Amino acid sequence: MIEILKATKIDFMGKRYYALALTAIMSVLGLFTVIQISRGAANLGIDFAGGTAVQIKFNERVPLKDVRQALLSGGISDVELQDLPGENKVLISTKKSEENIGDVSKKMISALSQKYSESSMVVDSSTEIGPKVGKKLRTDALWAVIAAIIGILIYITIRFQFRFSIGATVATFHDVLAVLGIFYLMGKEINLIVVSALLMIAGYSLTDTVVVFDRIRENLRSRLKKSTVEVINESINEVLSRTIIVSLTTFFSAAALFAFGGEVIHDFALAIMLGIIVGTYSSIFVASPIVLLLGKDVAMGKK
Amino acid sequence: MKKNFFWRLSLITAATLLSVIFYLPSTTLKGALPEWLQKYGIVLGLDLQGGVHLVYEVDGDKAVDVTVERLTSSLANTFNEKKIEARAEKKGPDIIVSPDTDAVKKTISEQFPNLSLESVSEGKIVYNLDAQEIKRIKESSVEQALETIRNRVDEFGVTEPTIHTQSGNEIVIQLPGIKDTKRAIELVGKTAILEFKLLDDESPVAAQLPGSILPSEAPKILEQFAGQIPEGDEILFGRERNKETGVETLTVYLMKKHALLTGEFLTEARVNIDQRYNEPYVSISFDSVGSRLFEQVTANNVKKRLAIILDNNVYSSPVIQEKIAGGNAQISGSFGMQEAKDLAIVLRSGSLPAPLKMLQNLTVGPSLGRDSINAGVKAGLVGAALVVVFMVIYYRMAGMIADFALVLNILYLLGVLSAFNATLTLPGIAGIILAIGMAVDSNVLMFERMREELRLGKTPRAAIDSGYDKAFWTIFDSHVTTLITAVVLFQFGTGPIKGFAVTLGVGVFINLFTALVGTKTIFDIISSRREMKELSI
Repeated sequence: MIEILKATKIDFMGKRYYALALTAIMSVLGLFTVIQISRGAANLGIDFAGGTAVQIKFNERVPLKDVRQALLSGGISDVELQDLPGENKVLISTKKSEENIGDVSKKMISALSQKYSESSMVVDSSTEIGPKVGKKLRTDALWAVIAAIIGILIYITIRFQFRFSIGATVATFHDVLAVLGIFYLMGKEINLIVVSALLMIAGYSLTDTVVVFDRIRENLRSRLKKSTVEVINESINEVLSRTIIVSLTTFFSAAALFAFGGEVIHDFALAIMLGIIVGTYSSIFVASPIVLLLGKDVAMGKK
Repeated sequence: MKKNFFWRLSLITAATLLSVIFYLPSTTLKGALPEWLQKYGIVLGLDLQGGVHLVYEVDGDKAVDVTVERLTSSLANTFNEKKIEARAEKKGPDIIVSPDTDAVKKTISEQFPNLSLESVSEGKIVYNLDAQEIKRIKESSVEQALETIRNRVDEFGVTEPTIHTQSGNEIVIQLPGIKDTKRAIELVGKTAILEFKLLDDESPVAAQLPGSILPSEAPKILEQFAGQIPEGDEILFGRERNKETGVETLTVYLMKKHALLTGEFLTEARVNIDQRYNEPYVSISFDSVGSRLFEQVTANNVKKRLAIILDNNVYSSPVIQEKIAGGNAQISGSFGMQEAKDLAIVLRSGSLPAPLKMLQNLTVGPSLGRDSINAGVKAGLVGAALVVVFMVIYYRMAGMIADFALVLNILYLLGVLSAFNATLTLPGIAGIILAIGMAVDSNVLMFERMREELRLGKTPRAAIDSGYDKAFWTIFDSHVTTLITAVVLFQFGTGPIKGFAVTLGVGVFINLFTALVGTKTIFDIISSRREMKELSI
C-alpha cells in the first residue's frame, strides 16, 4: 500500500493563531479587492466594464510595438496590447465604450489591414460589449455569487449543527476572497469566467470542509473522554492524506487545463488550482478552529 | 445476491450501450446512422464552431419619432387633397397645426384618431400621440424588427439561427458557424429605409455646395450651410468609392426633406446586370398603390432630379425624363455583386421600423473555434492520463476499478449531452475535464475509508461495505454543493457559462451513479466470487 502520508500527529489546533493571522490577511486582501471592484479600480474584464477586444492571429511573430504603431496611424490610441505566448496572436483591448460599439473593432481591424495584408492575419475573435450589457453582466454576476452563497448556506444549515455551519461558511467566504485577492495582486483580469471559477471554488471548498467535518463529528460522538482540541486534531490527522489526495486528482485536471487548455481557460484553471490549495488549507485552519471556538464549552455531541 | 448483481450489471450495461448509441451522432459516423438517430448529437457552441452573437436594442423613441413625422406629412397631404388652407409642422413629439378652425379639427378627429389634442393657443393647435399609442408603437417596433431580421437571416441562409427578444426591447441574434461575419452583421443591422426625394436644384444654395468632398469634411459642410438651407430642405450625401484607388468621396446634395415615396410599397427587389457596363444593379417593383404614387410623382416632376436614398445615403439622382408607369425602378451605384445581393435582401425583407443600437457583439472566427477544441481535447487527455496513472499507482487494483468508472463517467456524460442536444462550449469542455478529477474524488473518499477499515483489522468484505456506507454522506454532500453551483451558474450565466453549468450539473448525477452503483458492483462481484484474503487497494 503506497501512502503519501503515514499516520501523522501534527498539532494543527496549536498553530491556529498563526493560521488566524494568515486567514485575516487573505480575507482583508479579498475584501479590499471587492471594494476596488465596486469603485471601479480593479482590472475588470471587458464583459463587466464594457469595451472592445479583438484577437488577431498573425502568420508570423509580430512585435507589439509594430501593432501599436499600425493602430496609431489608424487613429487608435488608448488600447492595451497583449502577446499570447507560443502563438502568434495579439489581443487588442480597450475599455473605452463608445456610443456605437460596432465601430471600434471595425476601426481596429481596418487600421491593421493597412499595414498587414489579408493573408498574413486572421481575426480570431472580436468582442464588443456596450456599457448597458456590461452593467447587466456585473449585476448578474453579483446575484449569482449571492444566490450560490445563500444556497450553500441553506444546505449546510440543514446538514450540520450551527457551529459547523458557521465554520464552513467562513471558510467558504475566505477561499473565494483569498483567490479574488491573489488575482488582484497578480493584476489578473476579473471577468465572467473567473467569477464562474470562484463559484466553483465555493462549492469545492465546501466539499473539502465537509470531508473534515464529517470526521470531527463522528469522533466527537465516539471519543467522549477526550477534549475537543484533541478530537479535532486527531480527526484532521486521520483525514489528512484523504484530504490531500482528493484535492490532488482535481488539481491534476485543473493543471492540465492550465497548461494546455488555451488562453480563455488559462485564468479559469489558475483560479481553480489556487482555490483547491486555499480550500484544503481553510478546511483545516479556518473551518475547524471556528468549530473549536464556538463549541469549546457547549460540547454538543459529547453528551 | 446473484439476482441483485444481475440487475445492477444490466443497468450498467444498458446505460453504457445507450450512451454509445446516443454519442454516435456526435462523431464523424453521423452520416451512416439511421435517420431517427441523426437528430441527436452535441451542438457546438459559438465559441467552438465560430459565428456571431449579437444583441441589439430597438430604438423605440426613434420609431415614435418616425411615426410622428409620417403623420405630419400625411396630415399636410390630407389638407391639400381636401383643399383646406392649413399647415402641419412637426416640433419634437408634437404636431403643430394652424390655423385653429373647425374644419381642421374635424378632419383630424375623423381621419387621425390616434392623434390627441394637447392644447390650443394663438390659433395653433398642438397634437401628439397619447401614452398608450406610444407604448403600442414601441412594442410593435420590436416585433416588426424581429420579423424583419428573421426574414433577412432566412434569406442569408444560416443553419439553425437563434433570434429572440429579451428584456422588452432587445433582440438577440445567434448565427453559429457563419464564416463571413462582417457581412452578416451589416445585413442584420441595416435599417434599410428606402426613400425617394426631389433634389432642390432651384435654390441658390444648391449652386454653392461643393460637388464632392472627403468623408471627414462632412460635419464641416453641414455646419457651414446650417443657417442657409431653405425651409423644408436638407443636405444629404452620396458615398462613392473609386474602384482603382479605393478612396471614398461624398457627393453633396440639397433636397426636399419630404419623401415622395418610400420602400413600404415595395413588392420585389432583384439583382440584375447592366449589359453596357457589366455592373450589377437592383431593380425594384412597387405594389399598385406605390405604382400609382410613382407615376404621379414622375409625371409632376419631369426634368427634375429624383434622388434614391437608402438609410440617408444617396445612391443615385437621375433626371426624370418622362412619366414612369408600371411601378418599376432601379437602384444603381458603385457596388459589387455581393453588395447588390445583400441590398436586394434587405429591401425585400423590409426596413426596420427604427435604427438598431448594437449592445453586444461576440464574433468568433472558425479557426479559433478549432484551436479551442484541439486545446480542450489535449488538456482533457493529459488530465485524464495523469489521473488514471495516479490512481493505478496509488490504489492498484482498486485504482483500476476507479479508472474503469472514470471511463464510464466520460462516456455517460457524452451520451447524455448528445441525447439532449446540449450545447458544448469551451468552458463546457473545462467542466468535463474538472468532472474527470471530481469523478475520481468520490472513489478516493471510499478507498481511503476502506483502507482505514482494513487497518482496524476488518476483513476485505466488511471494509468494502463500511467504506461505502461511511463515505456515502460525504460524497452526497459534495455533490449537492456542486449541484447548487451548477444551478446558479445556469440561471445567471450567459452562453458559454451556461455550457459549463450544464456539463457540471449532468456530471454530478452521473458521478453519483458511477461511484455508488458502478464501482460498488465491481467490488461486490470481486469479493463474492471467492473469499478474499487481501484487498488490493
